[in-house]
Order: sequence, then structure tokens, then C-alpha cells
Amino acid sequence: MRALVAMFSGSLFGLGLLVSGMTDTAKVQGWLDVTGAWDPTLAFVLGGAILPMLVAWRVAARRKVAVLGDAIPALPEQVIDGKLLGGSALFGIGWALAGFCPGPALASLGWSGIGGSVFVLAMVGGMIAYQLVQRRVAVAA
Amino acid sequence: MILNPHDWMLGLIGGLMIGGAAAVLLLVNARIMGASGVLGSVLDGAGGNVLREQLLFLGGLIAVPALAVAVVGAPATHVSGDLPMLALAGVLVGFGTRAANGCTSGHGVCGMSRFSLRSIVATGVYLAAGMVTFYLARHVMGAI
Repeated sequence: MRALVAMFSGSLFGLGLLVSGMTDTAKVQGWLDVTGAWDPTLAFVLGGAILPMLVAWRVAARRKVAVLGDAIPALPEQVIDGKLLGGSALFGIGWALAGFCPGPALASLGWSGIGGSVFVLAMVGGMIAYQLVQRRVAVAA
Repeated sequence: MILNPHDWMLGLIGGLMIGGAAAVLLLVNARIMGASGVLGSVLDGAGGNVLREQLLFLGGLIAVPALAVAVVGAPATHVSGDLPMLALAGVLVGFGTRAANGCTSGHGVCGMSRFSLRSIVATGVYLAAGMVTFYLARHVMGAI
């Protein structure tokens, strides 16, 4: 059941990214192009996505347990550190250069061609690199 | 500024679908829908049922839009032809989202909607970094 729900959610997420136009790198870069031909579509996508989640978090706060029995994830400790700030900055730089963030890059793998595949492979590499750095730091400490 | 009604309506409908997908995953499976988080946990060696669940999420995310496109035709796409640039961007996105523990879906959609300060700060930083980078790379350097 969990697996089916996960697959349904991934599928709906992917279709939503496709319908919203966010798999088109030009629309994402258009949103970032505030001094040029600014395209506000992304604000509608983010706003539209936040609406059901505002309701979902309210329901989750009341139930405390999800339908299949697991506890709703607690709010993480609110640490604003260099990892959060630096990581988000690096992400923003890469996002602007390619016009891809992780969700749309994965969702469009089927038609984004060699460029899309190169981006996703490099993204996987970046994730593994972070994991290796993290381990080295953990060993040193 | 470019915006025709068609674009923002589709943006809103697609956004509601994305939020609906995140709501189902949260309320049924008790999981946060973050694209970088799911992919990252698979790469970090999540095991057993978690791995199966994450792989099926990724399978749906990749296969279903591809199938839809095969049926209705390919949508507009403007992926850069500059492969070294895409590789650099991919490494930055992968490394950065793991360090920040979230991306547009995890922090932007799931975190901001529960008023998580971390997520609001992260979203502000990647939006600002993205806008500054785009300005410099497109309008100053002409590199993208």
C-alpha cells in the first residue's frame, strides 16, 4: 500500500510539473530574469502547490498519525547554519545556470535529451560528493 | 513581463497537482515530498521498505510524465546545449540541495506551508542566489 501511494504521489507530482510548465527550463529562467522578460508563472505554481499543503499540515497537526499508522514527521530543529545558507546558495546558482531544480529535471528525463541526462547525472554526482565530504568530516570530528 | 492567462492557469492547476501529491504522501505515508530528499536517501543507501517506496516514487515521477508526453506530444523545452555548463549546474544543485537538506519541493512547497523558518530562509536564499546568478550570467557575461 505504501509503495502504491508513493508511486501515485510521484506520478501526480511529475504530471503537475509537466502541466505547470516547470519542466521547461526557459519558464524557470524567465522567473529568475527579474531585470529582463520576467515570467511570473512559477509564483502561481508555488502558490498553487502550497494551498493543499496548508490544509494537509492542519489535518496532520490534528491527527498526529498518518493513515497508514506512521507518526507525522516532527518539525526539524530550526537551525539556521552555514550548511543551510551555503547549500541553498549553491543550489540557487545551479538552478539559474540550467533552469532545472531536482523535481523537473527528473520528471523531464524522458524528453529532455542529452542535456537533461547530463544534468541529472551531474546532480547525482553532486549528491554523492556531499555524502563523501560529510563522512570525511564525521571521521575527522 | 510575459504572462498570458493560459500560462498562469496551467501554472496554478499544475501547482495544485504538485501540492495534492505532497498532501497524499504526507497524510497517508507520513513522508515529506522532496525530490532531492528522495533521490538523496536512495543514494545514501536507504534500505528495505523505504528504498522500495522511494524507488517507486521516482519511477512514477520519471515514467508517467514521459508516457503522457509520448501520448500528447513533447512540450516546449529549452535545455541548454552547453553540456559542461549543465554538468556544473547539476553538481551545484546536487551538492547544494543535500547540504541544505531540501530543494524547491521539500523546502519551497512542504516546508514553507508549515511555516518552517529553515525552509523560508532556504527558499529566500536560493531564489536570491538564482536571480543574481541569472542576471550576471545572462545580462552581464552573456554566458547562458
